Amino acid sequence: MRWNQLVRNKLFIIGGCLIAVLLGLMVTSLFYTPYGPNDMNTAMRLAPPQASHWFGTDNFGRDIFSRIMEGTQTSFVIGIASVAIGLVIGLLIGAIAGYWGGWLDEILMRVIDAMLAFPGILLAIMLVSVFGPGFGNTIVALGIMSVPAFARIARSGFIQYKEFAFVKAAIARGAGSLRIITHHILPNITSPLIVASTMRFSGSILAEAGLSYLGLGVQPPDPSWGRMLKEAQPFIIAAPWYVFITGALITAMVLGFNLLGDGIRDGYDLKR
Amino acid sequence: MRFYMTKLATLLSTVLLVSIMTFLVFQILPGDPAEIVLGVDADPHQLAELRKTMGLDRPPTERYASWIADTVTGDFGTSLRYQRSVADIVEERLPVTLSLSVMSLGLTLIIGLPLGIYIARKDGKFSSTLLSVFTQLGLAVPSFWMAFILILVFSVTFKLFPTYGYVPWNQDPVGAFKSLFLPSLALAIPGIAVIIRYLRNTLLDQLRMDYVRTARSKGLREKSIMYGHILRNSLIPVLTIVGLLIADTLGGSIVVENVFALPGLGNLLITSIGTRDLPLLQTLVLYIAIIVVLINFVVDILYKVIDPRIRLKR
Repeated sequence: MRWNQLVRNKLFIIGGCLIAVLLGLMVTSLFYTPYGPNDMNTAMRLAPPQASHWFGTDNFGRDIFSRIMEGTQTSFVIGIASVAIGLVIGLLIGAIAGYWGGWLDEILMRVIDAMLAFPGILLAIMLVSVFGPGFGNTIVALGIMSVPAFARIARSGFIQYKEFAFVKAAIARGAGSLRIITHHILPNITSPLIVASTMRFSGSILAEAGLSYLGLGVQPPDPSWGRMLKEAQPFIIAAPWYVFITGALITAMVLGFNLLGDGIRDGYDLKR
Repeated sequence: MRFYMTKLATLLSTVLLVSIMTFLVFQILPGDPAEIVLGVDADPHQLAELRKTMGLDRPPTERYASWIADTVTGDFGTSLRYQRSVADIVEERLPVTLSLSVMSLGLTLIIGLPLGIYIARKDGKFSSTLLSVFTQLGLAVPSFWMAFILILVFSVTFKLFPTYGYVPWNQDPVGAFKSLFLPSLALAIPGIAVIIRYLRNTLLDQLRMDYVRTARSKGLREKSIMYGHILRNSLIPVLTIVGLLIADTLGGSIVVENVFALPGLGNLLITSIGTRDLPLLQTLVLYIAIIVVLINFVVDILYKVIDPRIRLKR
């Protein structure tokens, strides 16, 4: 990594700071929140932001700041896990398609194209509607949703690099296909994969929020920003801050990862 | 001719794959689809009966074949919940989603294209900073949250638009426009961000090309270089983005329709999940996916029409 270059990149810095703050909130929330995220206080329903409740309270008098803090855990876990699933499966498909090519490539890429025909969160909605909502199923659904992006990037990387002299030399030396894939080509395509990972992380956060808003994602008692927005919607006039703050946090996290990705891309000077 | 035939073959094979995937997800993955409809602890007799109505006593390949045969002949099956033909229900709901998507895409282009061109022409430090702030925010904002904010500002505070609901066009065109405006705008914002960013980069790349220098040295005015030469050459990349945006708009409409309680396909989709109406759900998903595949096909064909130099890869 060309760390020096990255640190001088404004996008990378702003994105990194946003994510660092949210990570800090998450780590803190593991052992401390100002109030219990599920503690109700009927005397303090829909209270506006104030010294004792920074982000106000919801319709049950629960402290919104504490609930937001707890929600960071869900967002990070879902983001990381779904990107990991998408990366592993996508990389596998992309490597096979790109490295061996031929009819295998043809079939795999048709499948990927067909997956892209289910726009936006439709693919995730399909899977969740069959397997039922919940934390684990949301992760799997969002992971599968990320597969096409990773598969395409990996495939084009493998196609590009398998023609390079150093790869041909390795083949001539008698290196096996697996060794060439993991030791010679993979290290060269890590940067586009890292950029794609940050972008898909944002994609998963947005999709989780959408799914949970529709009631198809994370279910109570697991905390979720998307579901908080759903709960906040009826009080949009009585307690606009509830809607505003929750959405702003989702935006901040997505923005953070997008900027991080853009910064890394600039740093490596990658063209899409 | 070979170009069009190959594209047509791709279209057909993708449609086939999409239908197989839909069938796999709804009919094979759950194990017993009847159990999905009735729940795990349903009455065994009821389950057996439903299996028969859904044709689950037949082997999967046979079920798939008859499903495809029915769908191709226009028989989309019967909704379990509404006890009506799925085709009729879809026909009722389609105009809403179609109007929403068309309006949203229209707003994206009407707002995005001029802004993209303007920013590329006045490429300064301030404007490009402002642009990156706007596009980055536009890409990061969840569209349904944007919808809340728009409702808060334009419906609650200024009372310009209704907060939710839909008015059919043939009843009250102005009302229909008003009921669809905020949802379209919420849906259009990420697209506007994408198109501004993309158009600006494409135009700036084009501005550095030799033909622009030639045109300038010929004494052509900047305006006619921009509109006569550069924009024409930027059409293809812009078309690619528009094709992608149409699919995104359709996907995004699922959530936005639910925010505004618009009775479109996305709303129907979520309702059918809630009521476990598997035949309806399966058809809706296939329907939306095939629309996307067809749009991609049209975009591919348009490339060739705009730029006859385009050939098949390899």
